[in-house]
Amino acid sequence: MTILRSLAKIVAIFLFITLSSTNGNQLLAQDGKALFSQNCASCHAVNKKLTGPALAGVEDRWSEKKNLYAWIKNSAAFLKTGDPYANKLYNEYNKTAMNLFPSLTEKDIDAILVYIKSVPAAGAAPAGGAAGAAAPAEESDSTLVFGLLTLILAVVSVILLQVNSNLKKLSDDKSGIPSTEPVPFYRNKAYIAFIAIILFIVGGYMTTVGAMNLGRSKDYQPEQPIYYSHKVHAGVNQINCQYCHTGVYQGKQATLPSVNVCMNCHLAINEYKGEALKRENGDVVDGTAEIKKLYKYAGFTEGQAWDASKAKPIEWVRIHNLPDHVYFNHAQHVNAGQVACQQCHGEIQKMGEVKQFTDLSMGWCINCHRQTQVQFKDNGFYSIYEKFHADLKSGKIDSTKGITVEKIGGTECQKCHY
Amino acid sequence: MEQKKNWQSFGELNKSEAYNKEVENEFKEDLPMVEDHSGLLNAKAPRRDFLKFLGFSTAAAAVAASCEMPIKKAIPFANRPEDIVPGNANYYATTYVQDGDVVSVIAKVRDGRPIKLEGNDLSPITGGGTSARVQASVLDLYDTARLRFPTIAGKEATFEAIDSAIGGELNSNAVIVTSTITSPSTKAVIAQFLAKYPGSKHVTYDAVSYSGMILANEASYGKRALPSYHFEKAKAIVSLSADFLGTWLSPVEFARQYAAGKKIDEKNPAMSKHIHFETVASMTGSNADEKYLCRPSEMGAIALGILNAVKGKEITGVDEKLKSAISAAAHALIANQGAALVVAGSNDVNVQILVNAINDAVGANGTTINFGVAANYRQGIDSEFAALVDDMNAGKVNAVLFHGANPVYTWPAADKLKSGLAKVKTTISFSGKLDETTAVCKFVIPDHHFLESWGDAEPITGHISFIQPTISPLFKTRAFQDSLLKWSGASADYLAFLKSFWSAKLGGEAGWNKAIQDGVINPSLANVAGASVNGAAVANAIAAVSAKKPSTKIELALYQKVGIGSGQGASNPWLQELPDPVTRATWDNYIIVSPAMAKTLLNIDLNNPGQADAYEVQPPKKVVRLTSGKTVIELPVLIIPGTHPNTIGIALGYGRTEAIGKAVVGTGKNAFPLSSFNGQTVVLDNADIKLELTGETYPVALTQTHFRYDTTQGNRTEIMKELTLAEYKHSPKEIIEERANEYRGQIMGGEKMSDEEVVANFAKDATIYPVYDRPGIKWGMSVDLNSCNGCGACVVACNAENNVSIVGKPEVLRGHEMHWLRIDKYYSGDLENPNVVFQPLMCQHCDNAPCENVCPVAATNHSSEGLNQMTYNRCIGTRYCANNCPFKVRRFNWADYSGADSFPDNQEGIVNDVVLNMSDDLTRMVLNPDVTVRSRGVIEKCSFCVQRLQAAKLDAKKDSRPMVDSDIKVACQQACPTNAINFGNANDKHSAITKVRVENPNRSFYVLEQLHVLPNVTYLAKVRNAEEHAEKAEAAHKA
Repeated sequence: MTILRSLAKIVAIFLFITLSSTNGNQLLAQDGKALFSQNCASCHAVNKKLTGPALAGVEDRWSEKKNLYAWIKNSAAFLKTGDPYANKLYNEYNKTAMNLFPSLTEKDIDAILVYIKSVPAAGAAPAGGAAGAAAPAEESDSTLVFGLLTLILAVVSVILLQVNSNLKKLSDDKSGIPSTEPVPFYRNKAYIAFIAIILFIVGGYMTTVGAMNLGRSKDYQPEQPIYYSHKVHAGVNQINCQYCHTGVYQGKQATLPSVNVCMNCHLAINEYKGEALKRENGDVVDGTAEIKKLYKYAGFTEGQAWDASKAKPIEWVRIHNLPDHVYFNHAQHVNAGQVACQQCHGEIQKMGEVKQFTDLSMGWCINCHRQTQVQFKDNGFYSIYEKFHADLKSGKIDSTKGITVEKIGGTECQKCHY
Repeated sequence: MEQKKNWQSFGELNKSEAYNKEVENEFKEDLPMVEDHSGLLNAKAPRRDFLKFLGFSTAAAAVAASCEMPIKKAIPFANRPEDIVPGNANYYATTYVQDGDVVSVIAKVRDGRPIKLEGNDLSPITGGGTSARVQASVLDLYDTARLRFPTIAGKEATFEAIDSAIGGELNSNAVIVTSTITSPSTKAVIAQFLAKYPGSKHVTYDAVSYSGMILANEASYGKRALPSYHFEKAKAIVSLSADFLGTWLSPVEFARQYAAGKKIDEKNPAMSKHIHFETVASMTGSNADEKYLCRPSEMGAIALGILNAVKGKEITGVDEKLKSAISAAAHALIANQGAALVVAGSNDVNVQILVNAINDAVGANGTTINFGVAANYRQGIDSEFAALVDDMNAGKVNAVLFHGANPVYTWPAADKLKSGLAKVKTTISFSGKLDETTAVCKFVIPDHHFLESWGDAEPITGHISFIQPTISPLFKTRAFQDSLLKWSGASADYLAFLKSFWSAKLGGEAGWNKAIQDGVINPSLANVAGASVNGAAVANAIAAVSAKKPSTKIELALYQKVGIGSGQGASNPWLQELPDPVTRATWDNYIIVSPAMAKTLLNIDLNNPGQADAYEVQPPKKVVRLTSGKTVIELPVLIIPGTHPNTIGIALGYGRTEAIGKAVVGTGKNAFPLSSFNGQTVVLDNADIKLELTGETYPVALTQTHFRYDTTQGNRTEIMKELTLAEYKHSPKEIIEERANEYRGQIMGGEKMSDEEVVANFAKDATIYPVYDRPGIKWGMSVDLNSCNGCGACVVACNAENNVSIVGKPEVLRGHEMHWLRIDKYYSGDLENPNVVFQPLMCQHCDNAPCENVCPVAATNHSSEGLNQMTYNRCIGTRYCANNCPFKVRRFNWADYSGADSFPDNQEGIVNDVVLNMSDDLTRMVLNPDVTVRSRGVIEKCSFCVQRLQAAKLDAKKDSRPMVDSDIKVACQQACPTNAINFGNANDKHSAITKVRVENPNRSFYVLEQLHVLPNVTYLAKVRNAEEHAEKAEAAHKA
């Protein structure tokens, strides 16, 4: 039964992975809101003055849209043109230079402007975050039903066996065969052997499973020093994962953001006004109070200038732990392999406090390495595998299966253990 | 051709019984099992015990494992510095400086900790080469014996308290005693200080001085300096016992230059010729093409002989043997007029004047020797320090400041120095450790380690190398320069001083930043200049040398070891455990004697198998008492072929004070008291000695005979191939021929194949196994035995890169050393004066590896890239793999050397203090976080630095481009000063490794190729430019 259950789980995991990877792609879709969150939100709000002015009605304040584009892309250069409005703004905001955004296209800026328009004026409560996409298929837990059935059948078979032996005894008596003294079932060697074997199998199975699970911590969800919700940041506000986890493309560790990264936004955002936050057990969390906790670490007093050197690091509880003899590199997976965060971390954009999504077992790693294709055609590194390229062309290698990580040695010991 | 016989040990030379028995066993001692033939049930550990143990261990494991998982914290920076990505290494250019030794390096800094030093390719002096001492210096940073705060009379004090106390005491007649300072800015700082206190001076004192050379250059050329050398331009090199590849002046630089002359172009074979006059076997002598033995006291006569010979005069004053040697040397020098070079290790001014005269006569000045550009490596003049000692005793000195120098340990008349110091009111030491001199100083202001410092160095005039800190000071230490600046009343600190010193010269901030980033500034053109010799000085030197008769008694020559030097490396466990290239001994110094003297002194006749075995098989060696005047020292004796029959050698740098670290406890005796000051220079030879057997023995941890294992299929002595240049020129295909003849029979249809075809097809045709594809990458290594000089930089680099454990002397004695890479030393020829070849041997990553198919748990297996993978977490420690490895390159963790186990019982009482100290929290900061720290009970071995390979591939993937050679250098390759090691992707037609293999078909060979294990390491045979073999070869071929 448990086997069936884990089968169901595996199916569910696959469903989950497929679903979440499509979700990951959706995340990349660049709409105005996401662009705003990524580029503008650290200094601007729509209806509130922060480091920079409130952006509601920004289009109307600029004489020409062309100038607005130029200002956003390269404010320093535009200032030099001597535009009076730009200079007025600059002086009004204590000569704080606006960041340069040479990479934003006019289309992007339009998208942002559309988004700004779509935000209702201050006071009107924003609509609740988009409800999550279709929830993953609920696994149907039929353990209880099967268990009850087994128990009933077992009782029935015991009764039948008892009846059978009684009948046999009766018939023996009838035909005059001298019957032996009946042995009670608890001294019957067949019963004892049977039970011993069952116990051995069940016990052995449980010990093995238990032993394999030692050191694994799937679903680990410790309480953190600050209730930080990925749902609010990555989900509702669409902040790119890399904004905080800066190392994820560059190196081994994804890295946790330092306090100054938090303060980039939270210098301005000092209260939580979104949908009520709830822990798994239903306790309501006061978002604003959690932001104040951050201020305490940052050594920031509201209304005063922040001295970054006063900040103290936040001691987060580490959730994803790999043993020391495993080498894991985020850049390898996220940068070179183009794997979405959700593949391993689950639907992080829907999590309140983070919960470990997978068991991080070696079997789980290996399975993925067997099935996942490398960026064989897109990454120039793989050009050296001339034979595989030729085989792909000639059809010797099934192009739908492609070149998996395993095919180029990704399941060998010294890819992760050294 | 004549079959050359190579040997590593005397037993092997004699084919002794004990030797034959020993090589049958894989491990030196018996396995820790009780042999019991009384049957299973009656055995001492019967079934019940087995079940008890099984039950207990299962229960223990369950209890241990079911403990709650520890809660781990993930703590990010409060404010992350812009250029630091946690988990990624940063590289900073800096400079290794130690007593005048200067090597430009790049420090790998991981999460704020420097963990590895690599040579700086931008330096034309070292070209990215390093030495064992450079590689090991990063461990000194994390030495637990470093001084952690300044002291006054042994009590902790603040810098302010010290400054005010010293401010009150310093007035005039202060003397700064330093080892050689190559830093121009430090010299400026010292000048400022001296100007402030009248009557003060700066005395440079070198533990092993080159005063003789400096004074000789003054006499010959009027220049009180050392010239820069160009060994790469020399076609004939004659060395009078100068160990220029190991310890003489600037060995990293010279090794690189020397190797350039030894590289062989197979199409046009030519190489330099190196003739060496040797007193005690040395590393440089071992590499020489021709080597002649002489006494230290004969050096003058030899120099005079060569001078006479090159001038066409008669050679006098030496015996016949030396006469022919001298004429051979002179012959080579004359034949290469203008491309010849003579160097001498002697500290005798007259000998060096004669050497100058020879160099002048053979046109070395302006070609191989450049007096236009001075080398600043050593500047000390012994007589100046001797005068200072007299001044101190006369009470003329008010204050002494010691920086870098440790004369209480190294000065021949240490007692006189100590009594002098007692008369000096203010004694200040800037040493980072409580060394012998610091222990007698009143004020101790520990200096930073060089990896914590700012600074500069000018090893050769015009070449600047910068020092920048790679970590904040770990302890309350202060730069020597900062102290001096403070005491001379300057307001700026040393960093500001340094910056303004250089910014002006480098064109402002930008120039300074560029210089710090590159680490070096190189002059645009080498300024080569000649010099003319002062004839009168030569005449005086000839008279002085002729008047001195060579000794007829036994003489002592003091020498330095590659790792320990004059004592700088003594407290470093990596260097202590590095087998000395010459003796292959670790953790001790000893008396080196020749096989001939062994017979008379020790009653050991090495030609008598029984006596040779008695000496060789057991570690305890006979102890000899050496008496010289009032100095008596007792040391064990090692017999090292290649030593003059009447000369003995003792290494300097041992017998240090225990305060400088656990590694020096019980290691060797101080030999400096056996040196003497002759009124002009310090002399490291001693002809007034008496030797007598004490009847005692002392164990020496010798590794020469470790990891020997011969099988019927392969004898380890065959794995080294050596031939002479003449032989090679005569028959370049000799090695291919040899290989082909051996394998032809193993290949179907081999009789019809040419030699080249046999060699090329051996891999796939001589087996019934399938040949596996290696798509993409196939890693390969090549080692050029002609370039390798055995210096051991690679061994220490491997230690640092791969977290290789130190095991301590008791464990080395049992053959348990863990080095992944060892340098085997092979002898051939005459027992008294044999040829020597060094062969670095690491895991060969065999494609048909014998170790892989015997592992019961598949903990070692092959990768698609040709790596023989070792998976520690899967290993259960059967050691079958080590048993089946024909090269004996697998190492077993017999105890918990690394502290990786959580059970203290696996360390305490098993490993010694040095090893325990390696798992101290401070020492562990040196560990490479990308490499697993192995625990007890697992096998480990060379991984081809797989962590670097993976990183190189990832870098290429991140840039979406194919991997290129420059992405990857394995640790041993990077460290090598002579580029003897090449590594790369053998599938890549443009890679260096492919090029080496294609360009050197005639010299390439695989070790134990006949076993068909298919190694991925190719070796290039050693070619020796030696006369006698050439003649013999020709005669053999004519016959």
